[in-house]
Amino acid sequence: MRLTAAELACERGGREVFAGISFAVEGGEALLVSGRNGAGKSSLLRVLAGLIRPAAGRLSLEGGDPELSIAEQAHYLGHQDAQKGALSVAENLRFWTGFFGRGGDTAGALAAVGLGGLAGLPAATLSAGQRRRLSIARLIAAPRPIWLLDEPTSTLDRGAQDRLAALMATHLAGGGLIVAASHGPIGLPAVKELRLDPSASSPLDETPLGLAGAAR
Amino acid sequence: MSPLAALLVRDLRIAVRAGGGALIGVLFFLVVVTLTPFAIGPDLVLLKRIGPAILWLAALLASLLALDRLFSGDHDDGSLDLILMGRAPLELTVAVKGLAHWLTTGLPLVICAPLIGLLLNLDPPAQVALMLTLLVGTPALTFIGLIGAAIAVTLRRGGLLLAVIVLPLTVPILIFGVAAANAAIVGPTPFGTPFTILCALTLASLVVGPFAAAAALRQEIE
Repeated sequence: MRLTAAELACERGGREVFAGISFAVEGGEALLVSGRNGAGKSSLLRVLAGLIRPAAGRLSLEGGDPELSIAEQAHYLGHQDAQKGALSVAENLRFWTGFFGRGGDTAGALAAVGLGGLAGLPAATLSAGQRRRLSIARLIAAPRPIWLLDEPTSTLDRGAQDRLAALMATHLAGGGLIVAASHGPIGLPAVKELRLDPSASSPLDETPLGLAGAAR
Repeated sequence: MSPLAALLVRDLRIAVRAGGGALIGVLFFLVVVTLTPFAIGPDLVLLKRIGPAILWLAALLASLLALDRLFSGDHDDGSLDLILMGRAPLELTVAVKGLAHWLTTGLPLVICAPLIGLLLNLDPPAQVALMLTLLVGTPALTFIGLIGAAIAVTLRRGGLLLAVIVLPLTVPILIFGVAAANAAIVGPTPFGTPFTILCALTLASLVVGPFAAAAALRQEIE
């Protein structure tokens, strides 16, 4: 399996976020997308997830299911948790597992993220870190080969970060591929890195205070 | 469980839990219809004459109430992104959300209508006719509403815009729904003519609604 991006460009609200992005990720590999705030990390992941149409360039996947689009073979872990507070932890997970087809082992997935004892609790009562772990459980319960992770370690404590690293390693060992956007290391030993460094044309660089330049 | 069945079960569960929209519509419907005789006074002939119109108006407004949360709830918590990444065609997904919405807001109105019809001096045959028109007409209200809900999905306060978009489109359904109910009660036109047109309007909206709403969602989500 090989995910290739060629000369991708993205525009939001008429402004160019990034352009000319090319990379290739093989099955069993992880790509870490880094860059400062506003560099387009999240936008890149949303383009890969099929939620934003790229302004230019093309994406292709070799070795996947030819009947399905890239988005239909990918999991997207965004900033939002996609959980309903009125439903219990187990009901939320069972819904997503059922919706993504091939209903998997939800109890096992909850145990794998350390939420096994909270299955009956309404999701509204979970902390931010626990909600994130519930979202991660979705990736395990409904297997899909591509994981698109946006700041996966944010709000996770040390132990949960280690557990996520172990889950990602298992996913890679099984031939899956990961594209993760993060400021720091995500706990994987060997990753490719893609640095989104906007050129001087970035609107942020033109701020009169020069803050963007100072932060780099 | 198939993806669409999972979605239906989830939406039904959320609607009937605390904070869901299922009971709000019915309560609104009951309140409006109950207040009408007090406002108009004890003129039984007049009540019988305008009863179907009152019930239909109340049903129309009640079905609008929970509509603005239909997609924006899923949009706000990120669920809509994941729903768009599902393998089921978006048109079917949207239709299932519409079905869940109708089961929790439209169907209860249909069931309540005969009981509340007593307050408006409707006799049993009139109540059956009215119930039939609501049963056939309320799905059309929901599925036309899908379009407005999809267009207003990214707006913080989309409720008003939704009403402005949806209400004009529901005028034909209101006309033929009330016409069919009145035909059964006072005549002189036969019940079948307006009722068949109402059925046709509903069938058309069942087809057009999901496609238009799915197209709007694809545009809006970016």
